[in-house]
Formats: sequence, C-alpha cells, structure tokens
Amino acid sequence: MKTLNRRDFAVDLGLSLAAAVLLPVTTARADDTSMEVHIDNFVFQPPELKIKVGTTVTWTNRDDIPHTVVSAGKFRSKTLDTDDKFSFTFTDAGDYKYFCSLHPHMTGMIKVE
Amino acid sequence: MSGHDHGEDGVSRRKVLECMTWAGTGVLWTITGGVPRSLGIIDSAEAATAAAPGMTFLQISDSHVGFDKPANPNALGTLEEAVNKINAMPVKPSFMIHTGDITHLSKAAEFDNADRIISQSKLDVHYVPGEHDFLDEEVKFYRERYGRGTKGQGWYSFDAGGVHFIGLVNVVDLKAGGLGNLGAEQLAWLEDDLRGKSKSTPVVLFAHIPLWTVYPEWGWGTEDGGRALEYVKGFGSVTVLNGHIHQVMQKVEGNVTFHTARSTAFPQPAPGTASSPGPMKVEDAKLRSMLGVASIDFKQNEQRLAIIDTPLQG
Ligand SMILES: [Cu+2]
Repeated sequence: MKTLNRRDFAVDLGLSLAAAVLLPVTTARADDTSMEVHIDNFVFQPPELKIKVGTTVTWTNRDDIPHTVVSAGKFRSKTLDTDDKFSFTFTDAGDYKYFCSLHPHMTGMIKVE
Repeated sequence: MSGHDHGEDGVSRRKVLECMTWAGTGVLWTITGGVPRSLGIIDSAEAATAAAPGMTFLQISDSHVGFDKPANPNALGTLEEAVNKINAMPVKPSFMIHTGDITHLSKAAEFDNADRIISQSKLDVHYVPGEHDFLDEEVKFYRERYGRGTKGQGWYSFDAGGVHFIGLVNVVDLKAGGLGNLGAEQLAWLEDDLRGKSKSTPVVLFAHIPLWTVYPEWGWGTEDGGRALEYVKGFGSVTVLNGHIHQVMQKVEGNVTFHTARSTAFPQPAPGTASSPGPMKVEDAKLRSMLGVASIDFKQNEQRLAIIDTPLQG
C-alpha cells in the first residue's frame, strides 16, 4: 500500500512537473479566460488562484471521494463524484473564499482582479 | 479468544491488531451492571457466552453503498457479508446502531440497496446520517426513510435495557475550515433531553463524525462536541460511538468511553500516515481484515489499544 501510494505520488508529481513546464506556453497562447483547479488528496490545487474578471474557473475532482465547491452566497457546486467538473465565471472583482461542504477543512481562494 | 488474550503482557500492539481479523460485522455491546461493554469480534466464543445475560446491541458503520472504486469495487457485497455474519451470530442482539454513511452519493437506488441488505438482519436499526447521506439536492432521501419521529435534522433519543441512547447529527451546516458541527438547536435539545435523568442512568451517545478531536487536520472531530460532552459529564457511565474514520480507535477519559467503528466498505489511513484521509488501497487478500468494525476487548483500565488524541496532533 505504501508502494502504491508512492507510485501514485510519483505519477502526480510527474504530471504537475509537466504541467509546470507547459503552463507558460499554454497561457501565452490562450486568452486567459479559463483556469483549472484540481482536487487531489483532499486539497484544492492550487489553493489560491489570481485571475482577471471574466475568467471561468473549472474544478475537477480527481479523488475517489466526492467533494463540493462552495463559496457562501456566491456559488455552490453539486456533489462532484470522481472526475466530475464544476465551472464558474467570475464577473466581479474581489476575493472569493470557498470550501468543500463535505470536508470543511478543505479551503481555497480565488482572487479576481 | 483465550489464545488471544489482549490483556497479557508482551503482546505487541501489532499482534493484537492482527488478531482483530475480519469479523465482517460490527461491534457487539452488552449491558452488564448497567454499563455498556464492547465484546469485540461478535462471532467469537467469548461474545457468545458473555452475551447471554443482559442486553446486547451491535454497531455497524460507513457502508458507503454505491462506492465502486479500487479500494473496494463492491461495497454492497461487503455489507452483505457483514449482515450474513450478523445473522450467523449465536445470540441475536436486541438492535443495531448504524453510525452513518449508509450510502456513498445519497442516490435513491443506493438507499434502496442498503435497505434491502441491512433489513435481512431482521434487527431494529437506529441510524444517524453521515455527510454522504445528505448529498441529494433536496436532502430528503435519508429523512424520508430514517427521519420519522426525529427532531431537527434527525436527532432523537430512546431507552433500551436501562440505557439512554441519543443519536446526534453532526454533518450539517459545516463551516469553512471547521470540523463536524452539532449546532445550537441540537445542543439545546440535548441539554433538555438529559434534564431530570438520574445520573446513574448509563448514556450512549452516537453520531457519525467523532465527538472527540481525533485529527483536526483531516477534519476528524466536532467543533462543538465538547459542549455535548459537558452535558453528560455528571453521568456515571457514558459511551460515545461514531464512525467516519473507518478504523478502530478507543479512548477512555474518566467515565466516558469513546469508540470508533470500522467501515464495512473500505479502510482509511491512520491519522497523518498518508497524504489524505481518502480510501486506502490494500491487497485484495488484506481488505477484509480492515473492514467490518471488528472490535477490541474493552477493559476499563487497559490502555493498550486506546489511542489518545494528543500525540496525533503533533
Ligand atoms: Cu470534500
């Protein structure tokens, strides 16, 4: 089980390294109107995101356990099962704190400028 | 069970854990002298004989019917194995407590399937909801099935065998960054429910998320659980049962015994031993040894298997 975890971790690490390398290219080409947050191991990744007004953020749950994405009074996803996605377009500037209503210790922040 | 005397010196914790093999069932409790005592693995000979006098009841938990990921592709199947074990028990318990997460995604079919299997035990079942049972848009499936006669979000109390049982709900209205939550309305009800009760009445509190702080980093605790424990402080015997963390943990604090049951679906890691509390993948051959809330012998002054929460936060 330890071996399994380590391998999972290594794969994840490989992917995020690849993503890190690819990111500048992707953002330079894209028009900055969409961003991604992943849920891995009960953590919003990245936990804080800075975006421009008009950006759509898409959360993807990559855990085996369902999660939600909730910002009080702003947005609330349905329960996201494994690989389910939730998108929200930010039309107003401000700080949007959010959390998982099933696992409230999971928190994140979207800063919209 | 004599070959596995947990009280014997020199028996390592590891060895003790090894002998807690798959019972596929739940924790069997018996009331002796007005005090609930866990009898451990329910199909053991000891349980059979010790269970003869007085009342016994069972606890099962975290069935997660609908869960089909690699940690256990057939959670309904292992629940059925658990119920088969219950049906094979030499002494029929008076009733069963289910401490929540009956389903995985609160779907109608999941509740149907869980009910079809659990009802084969032919036992009265007293439920409290887990957070996975409140996921439907209108949050009505659990309440329509199990909420009859309950207060608020589903809390209630009843008396059996001279013991006062209180089912609490700590999975609603959770706050960002917080833990499980009982809320002011439920706490007021609890205080009122206990008012006038003789302090010699044994009390069993049961809820899904631990009422004690097991590991706040993973949300394993209840924000205002301490308030509930204040209300039962003066009682001579208090037993607090929960699920949620899918592993056996026990702690004795004065007159209060805390006990966490295993899941019938999938194991979760010990606090802090993995990157998240998510389902733990183990070899197929090992899975059943980690399910089913097989239990430990509880001895009042035996701390060997008690896991005290303090070091877990370090
Ligand atoms: Cu969550």
